[in-house]
Amino acid sequence: MSPIVVLLAVLAIALVAGGLFYVSTQRRSRGPELEPPSTKGGVLAPPRPTEAPPTEAPPVEAEVEAPPAPVEVEEPPVVVAPPVKPSFRERLAKARATFAGFLGRSKIDEETWDELEEALIRADLGVGPATALLDELRAQVKARELETGDELVEALKAEMKLRLQVEDRSLHLDEGRTNVWLFVGVNGVGKTTTIGKLGKRQVAAGHQVVMAAGDTFRAAAAEQLETWAGRAGADIVRGAEGGDPSAIIFDAVESAAAKGADLVLADTAGRLHTKTNLMEELRKVRRVADRDPGHVTEVLLVLDATTGQNGLVQARQFTEATEVTGVVLTKLDGSAKGGIVFAIQTELGIPVKLVGLGETADDLVDFDPDEFVDALFSA
Amino acid sequence: MFESLSDRFDGIFKKLRGKGRLSEADVDEVLREIRLALLEADVNFTVVRGLVARIRERAVGADLHAALDPAQQVVDIVHQELIATLGGETIRITYAPKPPTVVLMAGLQGSGKTTNSAKLARWFKAQGRNPMLVGADLQRPAAVAQLRTLAKQVDVPVYSAPDDVVASGQGDPVQVALGCIAEAKRLGRDIVIVDTAGRLAIDAELMEQVRQISEATNPDYTFLVVDAMTGQDAVTVAENFHQTLELDGVILTKLDGDARGGAALSVKEVVGKPIAFASTGEKLDEFDLFHPDRLAGRILGMGDILTLIDKAKEAFDEQQAEEAANRMLEGQFTLEDFLEQMAQVKKMGNLGNLMKLMPGMPKELRNTEIDDRELARIEGIIHSMTLAERRDPKMIDGSRRLRIANGSGVTTSEVNALLKQFGEMQKMMKGLGGGLLGGGRKKGKKKQKGGRVTPKGGPAPAGLPQGGPGAGSPKTPFRLPGI
Repeated sequence: MSPIVVLLAVLAIALVAGGLFYVSTQRRSRGPELEPPSTKGGVLAPPRPTEAPPTEAPPVEAEVEAPPAPVEVEEPPVVVAPPVKPSFRERLAKARATFAGFLGRSKIDEETWDELEEALIRADLGVGPATALLDELRAQVKARELETGDELVEALKAEMKLRLQVEDRSLHLDEGRTNVWLFVGVNGVGKTTTIGKLGKRQVAAGHQVVMAAGDTFRAAAAEQLETWAGRAGADIVRGAEGGDPSAIIFDAVESAAAKGADLVLADTAGRLHTKTNLMEELRKVRRVADRDPGHVTEVLLVLDATTGQNGLVQARQFTEATEVTGVVLTKLDGSAKGGIVFAIQTELGIPVKLVGLGETADDLVDFDPDEFVDALFSA
Repeated sequence: MFESLSDRFDGIFKKLRGKGRLSEADVDEVLREIRLALLEADVNFTVVRGLVARIRERAVGADLHAALDPAQQVVDIVHQELIATLGGETIRITYAPKPPTVVLMAGLQGSGKTTNSAKLARWFKAQGRNPMLVGADLQRPAAVAQLRTLAKQVDVPVYSAPDDVVASGQGDPVQVALGCIAEAKRLGRDIVIVDTAGRLAIDAELMEQVRQISEATNPDYTFLVVDAMTGQDAVTVAENFHQTLELDGVILTKLDGDARGGAALSVKEVVGKPIAFASTGEKLDEFDLFHPDRLAGRILGMGDILTLIDKAKEAFDEQQAEEAANRMLEGQFTLEDFLEQMAQVKKMGNLGNLMKLMPGMPKELRNTEIDDRELARIEGIIHSMTLAERRDPKMIDGSRRLRIANGSGVTTSEVNALLKQFGEMQKMMKGLGGGLLGGGRKKGKKKQKGGRVTPKGGPAPAGLPQGGPGAGSPKTPFRLPGI
């Protein structure tokens, strides 16, 4: 018990110090623009559930909308000049410049290694994975007597592709079941947009799709999903703002089962992986979604390509809570390179399944590790 | 997950103990660790290079005070350098002489522009201003609806295109923004916050659009909204936006996660404009002016005493705090106060999490799993004392002790242990009070922050791991913000 008392003492002092600090700052005159007046009566956002409601799947009033009216909302005039599927090569053109510096170099010296390390770190691979890759490469240089910078880059490419190899990157659908694909991730990574795009793709592939507006926290998230459902030709099930996401998703599952739809795309509110209560809520969402007739076949972690080293922590936490089966890497059409997915796959074994390369529905494409790596290195 | 920088230094500096001056080789070794820590915190590669060079300059040949350990001093140098890089001061918002003051919000998709527009509006309102919001994000489905909902919560009007135009996705954001400024003048609103659509920094077409919005509205403040989780790319994004818009500052969002927020450092270094605001939670009032020193500590993984103090303030009764503080300074901190403090501490949340925020916590303690039920035991013991006993524990003799033990279901030796530790705590606090009152507030506090956990010279509270390298030494000097 003694360490506890020590801790307590320390905390008590912290508290008192806090009080002191407060008191002392109160006494000091401060420029009004430095410290905004306390606004205790400020209007707060609707509180998030601090605890998952005890009942499981109470049928919250959810309007099940009829199949959307003939798409009135015209697709924004997308200037898709060449109707070709965007390729990694094209999109990652910017990344090439990074590696251009040492490609012409004929000899391998310390500078070459430094530049390689810099390039990998700049791509957000992380210091750990970058070092591991280069260590492996150094061994290869000795064993295989590589001499030129070109050979070195080829060897690095091969090594990266090897490490990204997985047997199966497809999205799973069990026939004859009501499949649920759950989308999770932190705020603002593009979960709702991804569902919209993927919905369109799955409808085009002949699936009957129901979207579940499980983001009941962010204002107007359901409206946003509704617009996408309209564009995609999918049904949508939504509930009240602030409602229980598990209940809404379960309603969507039942509704899908009733009309024989084979795929439910379930949206969830963005949440930081550090918020225990919200991660608990997500755990429950997954549990409830997997309840008969529902059948969770994919849990997709949506990750923004600009995310840095925190992405690995996110992946770990979300997997711990919901058994993530794959990553969707969004916004890869920007200048960010999304290297953190390399760490996620090599350290946690979670493969990237889809990549978002633009604003339109067609810009969501399957991840191809060879192209990913090639595009990164091609000059 | 991440080791804090000070922990890493422990290993290196064990070798350096007793040296009065750091050799170049010593510094190199340390700098490697610093570089690694900064890169892991997502500080941009180029920025790290510059920072490390500046730190080297200051550290090589720096005289080391015999009394302090070298690790401590180097961390101090790094900390200072980070604060300097982040911009030492908090931004001052000035208002346009001819209202309205126009604020333009720009950034990548998903960085938090819409939410933070509403938060900023709330902040201005709290400053006694009359803000108005412009829904100029006509791209993302339902973005305007989201802004309207949030605006309602803070009771600020929203101006946007008519609903059918918004739904068509064909609206012209420039017209909307201009319309709002005219409307603001008519309504006597003195702040206009323009929420624009998210865009990639390399999307020429959309960047041109936001440039046009900026040109038409001539904003007094242009803020780039940046996600604290952003990696190396933050620099490219900031550069491109700065080229197009001439930023006045940055709003750092999602700081409530566990990302180190190195991106802020990169952006500041590249753009040269201050981080103006930081968003630290999902609620609309979890948003405030940015404090560089707090983030500097966070990037280094040094704990965050100021956040802890903020938490304390939330859970705290001000008057009670002042009384307790005064009694503490006078060395009259009683078991009754202790009980009160304990209740407050419990209000602040899980003990383990709180410990993580404490700077200078030895690793062993930081990772201890703490059973909150232990608290109940201690409370039980104190509850079994009479009021007189709580105020003056010295009066507790053998028979009283037995009664207390029986009353709370513990053994007399446990009661003894508590009393003994409380006595030591009292002494500690008394010393602290002297320091505070004597050496001037700022200095006194500084000492206190590091020293109070395990006072090196004084009697270390029982149960603390003693003598471990660095375990008892103050790790983290903290400066109080703005005073």
